Amino acid sequence: MAELKPGSRWASQVCTTEVIVVRSPGGDVDLECGGSTMVPPGEGGPNGSPDAAASEGSQLGKRYVDGDDALEILCTKPGDGSLGVGGTLLGLKEAKPLPASD
Amino acid sequence: MMLLEMAAGGFADRVAVGTRDSGLTFAELFERSGAIAGRLRSVDAGHLVLADVSSEALPALLFGASWAGVPFVPLNYRLADAELRTLAGRVSPALAVAEPGAAGRLDGIDGVETVDRAVLWAELATALSADHDWAFDGEDVAVLLFTSGTTGDPKAAVLRQRHLVSYILGSVEFGSAGEEEAALVSVPPYHVAGIAAVLSNAFAGRRLLQLPTFEPNAWIDLVRAEGVTSAMVVPTMLARIVEHLDAEGPGSPGLPTLRALSYGGGRMPQPVVERALELLPDTRFVNAYGLTETSSTVALLGPDEHRAAVASDDPAVRRRLASAGRPMPGIEVSIRDEAGAEAPVGEAGDIWLRGEQVSGEYREQGSRLTDDGWFPTNDGGWLDDEGYLFVTGRIDDVIVKGGQNISPGEIEEVLLRHPAVADAAAIGLPDHEWGERIVVAVATHAGVEASAEELCALVRRELRSNRTPDHVEFVDDLPYGDTGKLLRRVLREQLAHLGDA
Repeated sequence: MAELKPGSRWASQVCTTEVIVVRSPGGDVDLECGGSTMVPPGEGGPNGSPDAAASEGSQLGKRYVDGDDALEILCTKPGDGSLGVGGTLLGLKEAKPLPASD
Repeated sequence: MMLLEMAAGGFADRVAVGTRDSGLTFAELFERSGAIAGRLRSVDAGHLVLADVSSEALPALLFGASWAGVPFVPLNYRLADAELRTLAGRVSPALAVAEPGAAGRLDGIDGVETVDRAVLWAELATALSADHDWAFDGEDVAVLLFTSGTTGDPKAAVLRQRHLVSYILGSVEFGSAGEEEAALVSVPPYHVAGIAAVLSNAFAGRRLLQLPTFEPNAWIDLVRAEGVTSAMVVPTMLARIVEHLDAEGPGSPGLPTLRALSYGGGRMPQPVVERALELLPDTRFVNAYGLTETSSTVALLGPDEHRAAVASDDPAVRRRLASAGRPMPGIEVSIRDEAGAEAPVGEAGDIWLRGEQVSGEYREQGSRLTDDGWFPTNDGGWLDDEGYLFVTGRIDDVIVKGGQNISPGEIEEVLLRHPAVADAAAIGLPDHEWGERIVVAVATHAGVEASAEELCALVRRELRSNRTPDHVEFVDDLPYGDTGKLLRRVLREQLAHLGDA
């Protein structure tokens, strides 16, 4: 469990996934990847492999949100583990295509 | 920086900047940016100043500064030496990168080390440091942009990492560009759109092409030679591109690769857009409205809205071609009266903006945001009943005649509909009786004429009679700055003799 400050970076302990926090509900959140708690980059892993229940993988550049959109994270490095919070997998945020303006 | 690392991870071998054959790949851009970060750290530079045109080094300099946690400060290289040196001195200590051959312009400023861009670039190619250590702090200042400022010293607008990252994440889907896509940028690095273009296109995975000095033939040639798929221009550029395409006649090959063309950064004469839509039937047009202080675009009129407006018989829908479209996701727009109260739909007032990409902060003057996060832009405008935003111009430019506030933009819009009128500007000049009188400067197309009476009658018919110009002055052309902004202050000086002393 850790406080997820917007802009903070987290790494999976069981795969190559790394994320950055875009929006956070505040307070302690148990951010997981592949079923294991995520840690600051360079502080553990990757060792082992993701849980079978959390092995769909993460996709580079995609944003993931919890049920009520209070938490939003951006995948900055992809891996084999799925992202979740407290045992529940996060959903992929729908992209709203916008025409390029610059 | 995070954006670039993702791009380098996602499409390392794609060309990030330059021509198809000899451009820099995303992997190479990443290495060069790291090397620039190492250089900045080694000299303990507090800022990275750029006094240079757009070049292949620009993305690496922007990302390298961010990597080292140092603000990137692009300056207007067209300023006179004394002004340029004053601005560089304001952000000392700094490493200043100068246009090749022009490093002498910034020599001898206390705390500023100057390096020639070509020399720096050659060094980086051979002496790459592998310093891949970076941190992300949303509060770090990413970019300082000096706003032109019509009065007093230029103010330095502060854009923090969180503003730019919010803008990119809110408007660009990572890796959304196809491998064949290329974006042509012809605005300079000291324009917020020049910065936004580097970030947006890198995050989308789109190759960036640069035209350091805009010239319509060179622009058209580059689009054709490099298969450019999208481009951003300021209104004066589009007007000249349209002129050149027109001059090619019916045999013109057009611009078949150009899928998207966005314009913004000033008022756009409606006839130019209409003609551009005809000449480029397969191109998707976007009108973007934004300010330096809002990390570029906050509202846009999309491609389908352009075509719908042109095709409509309903004047309210057709008029939207002159609008800035609707707010981007995450941006709130509110029109306020002079007391700061929300104005009713359809009524003009000050445009206030709120959103995560909105900075509204200046280096010396601090934040201009209200307690509840609104940024009063000082741009006048109004919203129609479907939320389309019409921008009428700077509040400071409003003409006050006999106690009535008159927006120059609405008079200009009407004048530009006259077939003989190529360009028009309305200004207020001192008047003993009315406070200010309405003077319009009009440039006509070559070989056609319009009488002052005829133009005044047109305005009287389309708008209220108190909008009728008191004087029409015919001129060869109007004064523009190099990023396409009409210089009303210069025009007021040129026409000062037409006002009461």
